[in-house]
Amino acid sequence: MKRNIPLLITAFSGLVLILAYFIPMTQSWGEVAAIWFDILASIAFILGGGNLIKLHARKMALRQAGWAYSAITLLAFALTLFIGLSKIGVSPNLQFPDMAWSGHYRESGAPFWWIYEYAFKPLTATTFSMLAFYIASAAFRAFRAKNLEAILLLGTAFIILLGRTFAGIILTSWLPDSLAGLRIENLTVEIMRVVNTAGSRAIMIGIALGVASTSLKVLLGVDRSYLGSGEE
Amino acid sequence: MKRETLIWSVLLVLGFLGLTGRALLTDRGMANVYVRAVDRTLVQVETEAEAAEAGGVLSKRWVDAEAPEAADLDLASLGADQVRKVTTYEQVLPNDYYRAVSEDPDQAQIRWSASRTVGVWVAAIFTLAIFSFLYKDNVFYKIAESILVGVSAGYWMVVGFWDIIVPNLMGKLWPALVKGWAMPGLEAQPEPLYWVPLILGVMLVWRLSPKGSWISRWPLAFIIGTTAGLRLISFLHANFLAQISNSIVPLIVMEGGQVDIAESVRSLVLIVGILSCLVYFFFSFEHKGAVGKTAKLGIWFLMITFGAGFGYTVMGRIALLAIRLEFLFDDWLWLIDPSNARILFSAIS
Amino acid sequence: MYTFLKNLDRRWIFLLMFLAVAIPILFELQFPEHPTGLAQAVFDEIEALQPGDPVLLAFDYDPASEGELGPMATTFTYHCAKKGLKMYFMALWPVGAQMIDDNIAKVIKADFPELEYGKDYVNLGYKSGYEGVIKVIVTNLRGLYTTDSYGTSIDSIPMMEGVTDIRQMKLLVNVSAGYPGTTEWVQYAITPFSKDLRMVAGCTGITAPLLYPYIPNQLPGLLGAIKGAAEYEQLVMDAYGGEKVDQKYMKARQRMGPQLIAHLLIIGLIIVANILFFMEKRKGVVR
Repeated sequence: MKRNIPLLITAFSGLVLILAYFIPMTQSWGEVAAIWFDILASIAFILGGGNLIKLHARKMALRQAGWAYSAITLLAFALTLFIGLSKIGVSPNLQFPDMAWSGHYRESGAPFWWIYEYAFKPLTATTFSMLAFYIASAAFRAFRAKNLEAILLLGTAFIILLGRTFAGIILTSWLPDSLAGLRIENLTVEIMRVVNTAGSRAIMIGIALGVASTSLKVLLGVDRSYLGSGEE
Repeated sequence: MKRETLIWSVLLVLGFLGLTGRALLTDRGMANVYVRAVDRTLVQVETEAEAAEAGGVLSKRWVDAEAPEAADLDLASLGADQVRKVTTYEQVLPNDYYRAVSEDPDQAQIRWSASRTVGVWVAAIFTLAIFSFLYKDNVFYKIAESILVGVSAGYWMVVGFWDIIVPNLMGKLWPALVKGWAMPGLEAQPEPLYWVPLILGVMLVWRLSPKGSWISRWPLAFIIGTTAGLRLISFLHANFLAQISNSIVPLIVMEGGQVDIAESVRSLVLIVGILSCLVYFFFSFEHKGAVGKTAKLGIWFLMITFGAGFGYTVMGRIALLAIRLEFLFDDWLWLIDPSNARILFSAIS
Repeated sequence: MYTFLKNLDRRWIFLLMFLAVAIPILFELQFPEHPTGLAQAVFDEIEALQPGDPVLLAFDYDPASEGELGPMATTFTYHCAKKGLKMYFMALWPVGAQMIDDNIAKVIKADFPELEYGKDYVNLGYKSGYEGVIKVIVTNLRGLYTTDSYGTSIDSIPMMEGVTDIRQMKLLVNVSAGYPGTTEWVQYAITPFSKDLRMVAGCTGITAPLLYPYIPNQLPGLLGAIKGAAEYEQLVMDAYGGEKVDQKYMKARQRMGPQLIAHLLIIGLIIVANILFFMEKRKGVVR
């Protein structure tokens, strides 16, 4: 019962979406299923938040290493959530100024906007910008022209790195028009248009077959890993 | 205190003193943000047209005091519940402030914003705290990382609540309540079918419970089934069938009655590349003989593909670093001014 | 020297990368841009539209990728506003809605104050559900979007009158940082409804090579990474920017300066590392 009904739900919901593709009169069923899916996706954020609280509260309660940082995480989470949900400092909608909650939660200048602009945005952007440093370090440590395949990879990388900047244009601008195809910027275009397309397309076809097979296994109940262990 | 810690502490203190001195003691300062205050007076009006539409019952709405509908109103005679004063702020360039001050030193409409200026400093400190990890893991980085995790989770939950749960769930089940509370423009009738996603949602959150977390399997099954159903068809259509169709190109390309050699070679290389890569992916055949040679060719095509991918990835990462350094040098330190946002300072200094 | 390089602390490499990006920014190093075929194709697709044509602008990115995609989004907004197109903004990423707000403030409110919200442009905002959102709105927009991003009922927005699904859009313009993004728009909107919908996109450097299989049948034009953004900026500003181009519309070109130096650094690091590798290999052979 605890596992059979979910299997039936999986199969049925998948079948509705598949039928909606092929039978026009079932299109609205597919839309309804997709709308419910979209709502559940936003409720999953609550699940994520709850999990965060559970994890960090446990760390604090057990005084595990780094529990003070968990306290900071929970404080930041609670503050953001409270300010955002309560619409503190948000002016009401100009068409309904007597309704305090009618304003838009992302209003520029409001505390929630301030948290986004001066905390969330710089922290996220800077964390991802660190990758530029790591890619330089990885390029120095890992990329070795050990064999023909590695030479092909590195050679292509050099052509792309030069060809997508002004350096490539300067380096091969002296080539006559009859050999224009060998200019680095043109080589870059040809590599992307022909060779990269060929390789990416083959990968895409392979992945598509893999996704189709996995989806079928899930819908037919062959793959039940999403139900978790059979302990409950 | 260790020598390294002492050196870093001295550098930090000197740096902090230098920056605050530059911000507070120089004429131009740095990291200043200015806003324009827009004051509005809103009044409640009743119109005959609206009354007629409402079947003779007078309906009220709020308009700007300078709107034509409020032209006949005497503001002084209106009660406190019929007038509202609202001030909104919009960010302006420093040039707008310098221009306003040079024209009228006593003007107050364009003013310095304390909260936004402090915000720029906070953003800069967060940026430097994250970058400090490049030298060594440290407490500032750990604090910044913890704040990032907390703020991100909170931000996503708030967005999910106001953008989806309120209009798409509560607004469908209890539209009158939502209209009276947060969305006065909502016009909808209750749709009982939306009890299903609400119940499924409550069951999903049950996953957090130490007991009975199996209840969350039903909504999870629905999510998995929907995803599988969506992707089965879309991947086969767009990434399999359409890609085969896109690959069927003429091997001999004619242009104006003549063979276009360049295009023909491109088509040939494309087809050979796709087929040889697909042969390589057939791991159930032993890669020997003709199959082995074709698979080898496929590997070469894939290596060139990965090399192109690496080149583009490098390009992507560097742009992310560039925008952070632009923020530090332009918005915070005011060392550069690529947008000429502060160019008028020299006119008033 | 050999020993120093062999045991090089990676923090020296970090410092080199910092200098490679910081110095061009401080000296405002810029280079001319020469648009290539795909950027031209994107430009031509939008140029072919007539004033009043509806376009859907889907900004599916967040601050983490704003360095590459912000200039694309800004220039798309500017180009569409200059052409007098009816702009319908939406986002599949939670922070995408804020990106839309930022671009509306930076471009439309600043440089096109004559455009009226609700008549010339509307922000439909974010909806969760990843590709499920596309699946719904391609046949039933109002099933998911009952209000705009600010809570106003769809029925009271003049430019939403008669709009039932996104197949009524003349063009889809997508700025995408990953999942969900261009791939999902191609899979769920363009491929099933190829007769009704066309799309152009801008994407990050990481996803660009993976989207080439869709070109040109499913995706006529693509702006790949900051280079694509710089090329598109050049085309739009040459056509509409006038003599004195506002520098906020040339951000991608400004960022190409550090790109060049950093690319040369990466190439140099790889060459040095391989020289060390071959020296090491030779020492092993000699022994």
